[in-house]
Amino acid sequence: MTRVVLDQLCKTYSGAHGAAVSQLDLTLDSGTMTALLGPSGCGKTTTMKMIAGLLDPTGGDIRFDDRSILRDAPEARGAVMVFQDHLLFPYLTVAGNVGFGLKMRSVAPDEIAHRVGEMLEKVQLPGLGQRMPGALSGGQQRRVALARALIIKPDVLLLDEPLSNLDAHLRMDMRDLIRSLQAETGITTLVVTHDQEDAVVLADRVALMLDGQLRQVGPPRMFFRRPVDEATARFFGGRNFIPGTCRCGVFDCALGPLQLPQGARTGPGRVTFRPEALRLAASGNGRNTVRATVTEITYLGTQTRLRLMSNGTEVEALVPPTDADGLKHGAQTLIHLPVPALWVID
Amino acid sequence: MIGGDGIWARWFRTLTCLFLLVWLSLPMVPLAIWSFAHGWFFPDILPQEWTLEAWRHALSDKSGVLDALWLTVGIALAATALSILIGVPAGRALGMHRFRGKAVVEIMIMAPIIVPGIAVVLGLHSVFIWMGLTNTVSGVILVHLIPTLPYVILVMAGVFANHDPAFEAQARSLGASAFQTFRCVTLPAILPGIIVGALFAFLVSWSQYILTLIIGGGRVATLPLVLFNFATSGRNDLTGAIGMLYILPGLLILLITARQLSGCAGAVGGLGRV
Repeated sequence: MTRVVLDQLCKTYSGAHGAAVSQLDLTLDSGTMTALLGPSGCGKTTTMKMIAGLLDPTGGDIRFDDRSILRDAPEARGAVMVFQDHLLFPYLTVAGNVGFGLKMRSVAPDEIAHRVGEMLEKVQLPGLGQRMPGALSGGQQRRVALARALIIKPDVLLLDEPLSNLDAHLRMDMRDLIRSLQAETGITTLVVTHDQEDAVVLADRVALMLDGQLRQVGPPRMFFRRPVDEATARFFGGRNFIPGTCRCGVFDCALGPLQLPQGARTGPGRVTFRPEALRLAASGNGRNTVRATVTEITYLGTQTRLRLMSNGTEVEALVPPTDADGLKHGAQTLIHLPVPALWVID
Repeated sequence: MIGGDGIWARWFRTLTCLFLLVWLSLPMVPLAIWSFAHGWFFPDILPQEWTLEAWRHALSDKSGVLDALWLTVGIALAATALSILIGVPAGRALGMHRFRGKAVVEIMIMAPIIVPGIAVVLGLHSVFIWMGLTNTVSGVILVHLIPTLPYVILVMAGVFANHDPAFEAQARSLGASAFQTFRCVTLPAILPGIIVGALFAFLVSWSQYILTLIIGGGRVATLPLVLFNFATSGRNDLTGAIGMLYILPGLLILLITARQLSGCAGAVGGLGRV
């Protein structure tokens, strides 16, 4: 069990103007899984490589259990990185790949064979030890790469985009496998991903990184309910940002006065709510219920997306398709904004 | 033409193949015949009398041919080893890194292949005299590096251009030391290239004449020098026998590696990618 602390971590590549990672503060609690989330080029893989010891930071410190590991060689850190391209050694068998780390540690061949067999079962690839990596499917190669990292029982596991380029159902299986193996081993794990759904499903805590800076860190639901700013909200699918002013728990905006949950900030700002939080209402008596005109209906399969116009302000909603059955373009409807779903940002 | 598998295309390919085979092997036939001939005069198609005399003389101690053979093998092996030692890191730098003046360095490395050896070696001669390297085996080994290194560097640059350094990072992360990473990850990946480069280096060193003659001052008598002596003195039978000895390593290497070479097309193909 290892607690990882990134302290004011910085990285500027030579020749680049602007830092790839700037003053990053992040703590990975012992035994938890944290997702470092962000669009490509935001500095998340750079951060991971610095933890793994494959890149030197230009500033700041990395500590494992309060001990700085910056001077340790990559192989001495106890942190194993699994690369996005899985990088199985092509001239070694699957068993040779999985046992690689043990062989480097001079473990006896008998024990390597035994532990490789066990590990291959854990990743649901029993009996494939003698295959060559090229003979495996993409999903199987991923699992071999995961087994190769887990077999050496690292203190810290670093997974770089472990779910990219997988089919939908393989992706689900792989998510479950990563979750269950992490829970079973209790290894402090950092997952780098650009996909907010993967981050939310996998991680205990999510750290959103945009342009080399950490925007928000917290449990996944915070990003949906309580985003810190518009960029964060948009990254998680937020669409509605309506300017106005908040006084005494009531937000005055084009939609009329809206009741806010406790803890919302006061003063000028924008109210935000998720498209799927919005409800179509039957009667106009409730709080936070406004009249709107349907301007666009798009059937998405599991949901129907509505664009609505209310008092010159556009609102986007995702509703169950059955709720939208009776609606037509130009229809009048009542929409309800539940109090807990509202939040105010700058 | 892609997928040109028409009957004419196939015939053309077979004919070209045969033509090349005959073209390449025909000159060796008279050489082989001469080595067993006891005189061979026009207009005889084959010699009247056959003998092993030339071979007996060539393989005897007093002719010095065997000494020359071992000396040539030694020099070629040493030049090959040094070329690999220098050429692998150089090829890695050229294949994997961008740096200022890379194009100039590439041209400089190619230069010994383009510039005639005799021009290079005449200039070098005075330097070697000054350094006391003329007339010595080590001087000859050093001067052989001039033509052998470019081949090794070019092959290795191609190999490293296709080599993903992330494999090495992955190995380090999995707990391999820098040395273990080289031995267990880098070396297996580049070994086909090293073998190809070493074969080139060996054969290029093996066939050096002018460099050996000038730097060795005639004291370092490698097989090509001995061969040329006999050829110019009109002993066609001995020339034939030594000539057969001289092409031996090339044939041997070809036989041993033909399968591996075609199997590791990546390494050979790397040459075209530089």
